[in-house]
Amino acid sequence: MDTFLWVIVPYLCLTTFVVGHFWRYRYDKFGWTTRSSQLYEDRLLRLGSPLFHFGMLGVVGGHIIGLLLPQSWTDAVGISHEAYHVVAVTGGLIAGVMTVVGMVILIYRRRTVGPVFSATTVMDKVMYAFLAAAIVLGMWNTVAGSVMTVGGEYNYREGVSIWYRSFLAFQPDASLMGDAPIGFQLHALVAFGLFALWPFTRLVHVFSAPVGYLTRPYIVYRGRDELLGSHRPRRGWDDSRV
Amino acid sequence: MKVMAQMAMVMNLDKCIGCHTCSVTCKQAWTNRTGTEYVWFNNVETRPGQGYPRTYEDQEEWKGGWELNSRGRLKLKAGGRLKKLATIFSNPKLPSIQDYYEPWTYDYATLTDAPAQEHTPVARPKSLLTGKNMKIKWSSNWDDDLGGSAATAKYDPMLKKIADKVKFEFEQTFMFYLPRICEHCLNPSCAASCPSGAIYKRAEDGIVLVDQDRCRGWRMCVSGCPYKKVYFNHRTGKAEKCTFCFPRIEVGLPTVCAETCVGRLRYIGLVLYDADRVLEAASVPDEHDLYEAQRSILLDPDDPEVVRAAEAAGIPADWIDAAQRSPIHALINKFKVALPLHPEYRTMPMVWYIPPLSPVIDVVRDTGEDAEDTGNLFAAIDALRIPIEYLAELFTAGDVAPVDRVLKQLAAMRSYMRDINMGREPNPAIPAAVGMTEEEMYDMYRLLAIAKYDERYVIPAAHSEQAHSLEELGTECAVSEYGGGQQDLFGEGSGVPTPIAVENFQMLQNRQTADTLASPDDKGSRVNLLNWDGRGKPSGLFPPRPDGPGEVAEGSTPDTSHDGETGPGGTGGLTGGADFR
Repeated sequence: MDTFLWVIVPYLCLTTFVVGHFWRYRYDKFGWTTRSSQLYEDRLLRLGSPLFHFGMLGVVGGHIIGLLLPQSWTDAVGISHEAYHVVAVTGGLIAGVMTVVGMVILIYRRRTVGPVFSATTVMDKVMYAFLAAAIVLGMWNTVAGSVMTVGGEYNYREGVSIWYRSFLAFQPDASLMGDAPIGFQLHALVAFGLFALWPFTRLVHVFSAPVGYLTRPYIVYRGRDELLGSHRPRRGWDDSRV
Repeated sequence: MKVMAQMAMVMNLDKCIGCHTCSVTCKQAWTNRTGTEYVWFNNVETRPGQGYPRTYEDQEEWKGGWELNSRGRLKLKAGGRLKKLATIFSNPKLPSIQDYYEPWTYDYATLTDAPAQEHTPVARPKSLLTGKNMKIKWSSNWDDDLGGSAATAKYDPMLKKIADKVKFEFEQTFMFYLPRICEHCLNPSCAASCPSGAIYKRAEDGIVLVDQDRCRGWRMCVSGCPYKKVYFNHRTGKAEKCTFCFPRIEVGLPTVCAETCVGRLRYIGLVLYDADRVLEAASVPDEHDLYEAQRSILLDPDDPEVVRAAEAAGIPADWIDAAQRSPIHALINKFKVALPLHPEYRTMPMVWYIPPLSPVIDVVRDTGEDAEDTGNLFAAIDALRIPIEYLAELFTAGDVAPVDRVLKQLAAMRSYMRDINMGREPNPAIPAAVGMTEEEMYDMYRLLAIAKYDERYVIPAAHSEQAHSLEELGTECAVSEYGGGQQDLFGEGSGVPTPIAVENFQMLQNRQTADTLASPDDKGSRVNLLNWDGRGKPSGLFPPRPDGPGEVAEGSTPDTSHDGETGPGGTGGLTGGADFR
């Protein structure tokens, strides 16, 4: 069972994530967009969207540090476990609260503002369910696990993180995850579900973060003969139908 | 000197009758789709008026275009690159749909299928965004012909600048129409605002386009454009804008708006400009100098030096020839009667306008004086400060002198030509009074009054050796794919790209067959006959056959044997007969 949940399922999701993005980019550049609904409604979005997105940037940063940075490294530079814990929980709580508040505003907006609700696809709703579940479970792990220490203390840096790195190194150690508290297990599973859905949702816009804007010239000139985007050169003959 | 060619347009506002034909044909061609219901690439505004979207010209509010920073350098009015990225999660200056208008349709079906009742059934307006009943409050030309302007015209940002004097003269007011399309600027702030770099200026003809595959829907272009001529398609989540009908231009045809213009007031042609001096011209400190600065970077195509530089820059000889015959060059730089729209936005717009003399003429005629007499007209131009100042706010950043000069040229032409038409001796003093020779005056009259199709539209086609890759001809794609293409994946328009030409716009086709407006559960799909070319059989066009399994049976027994049984019309035979698969 451990092997299925913590080896097979994650790799299936990772494969879907990678191949799915490649496929989507190859065949659906036109659909690759934020699908913004700001045109319909501005007041709630102005509050909720920056809260959610900036909170999310913090959350992602925290995950990168927590999952990818081995405990031995922070020990080596003299950061004690307690000091790390305090910083991580504080930062995590701030980012997490921002994300949750932003998310609540955005979901409320999506449900109550008529045009926004009409523009919501089934895929959006599925994605929202997974995203919200992952965020809520993540907050639960932080608040209940680390702050209130419900069900004993658990140092994820000695369990989940090592499993995650072993997973990325293609030498997964499923037992580490199997021993983790149920909250972490559910959070990881929901997150992997979200990763599998990712390429088929509007979340792809994450990979379009326009950092190139900082360096490119203001006015872009492009020749007609490039025909990028609108038209790809195709073969000049047709399949035989005989 | 780096010579580049720019396709440009001039509109002669004196001839605009405000019929909106350009808007309607443009909409039918380009924005007749879900997601762009509220979008008018071409719209006609009544001035004074708020425009579309409402008060778009108030850049203190909307922050479109460029401005000079404290060091005199050009910067985006809405803030630079870092600020753009910092506010990317919620664009601070995006007009809401209410600033345009909430698109709607009417529930026409109730008119025919309502049960018998005491009162006549009505077609209620339904929002195209929510499908619910709505109250219509505004639209793209709600204040057409000054309708309701007594209440709303005071919000006109241009009128506000000269507001004090208008109040008492508003009864004897002036009115004219302002048709607007994308300006295809030399220094486009929409392109500069785009975080993804999806908006580009075509190197060959300067047409500004949005790459639909690169646009990620950040909406900064909508805020960046001071003319608000980039629109957000709320269905696809991508920006769209006027394309200058490039598939038509490439084969030498004028744009749809120009082609269908009833007043024949639009001119299309090439200008050559010095790309190296665009930034310098856009950065002149005094706004009043912007008109002259922009005029000065447009090069004289008859200058041998310019021709040499153009050839060196790879501009084909027939394009240079077209630039020499260009009516745009003549109107902007030879007769100098065309003026740019809002040069103070510093985007170097390339759709120019000949300001209307008609408000002045109307006033003179109403007084009973001779409205063709130069003396009367000149006096009126001097006296009617408010219309002139208003025009100056539109076309010369508030500088009255150029508008004054142009109107006097137009008035002089009127008087001078009347003498000729009446068989009297032409008076050389009239052209001289506005600094023109008799010959120039007559040439200007020819171009403004009687220029034929090929003089109004001097459009060099793209080159025949590239023709196979042009959108409108599109012979690079296999024939069977032309109408079909691969239509799966995510929603409309995805899959193998099909040529973007209007006639086979895949999205348009999808819309017609999948249109379930406001989701009428009790009705089948609706068919838009406007775009049915008579070939093929859109599903839902004909009712299912009473005896058959829904659709016309294909490939079974020959249709002729069925015809007798299908009853009147024989619709089954009509489509089945052509089907020899």
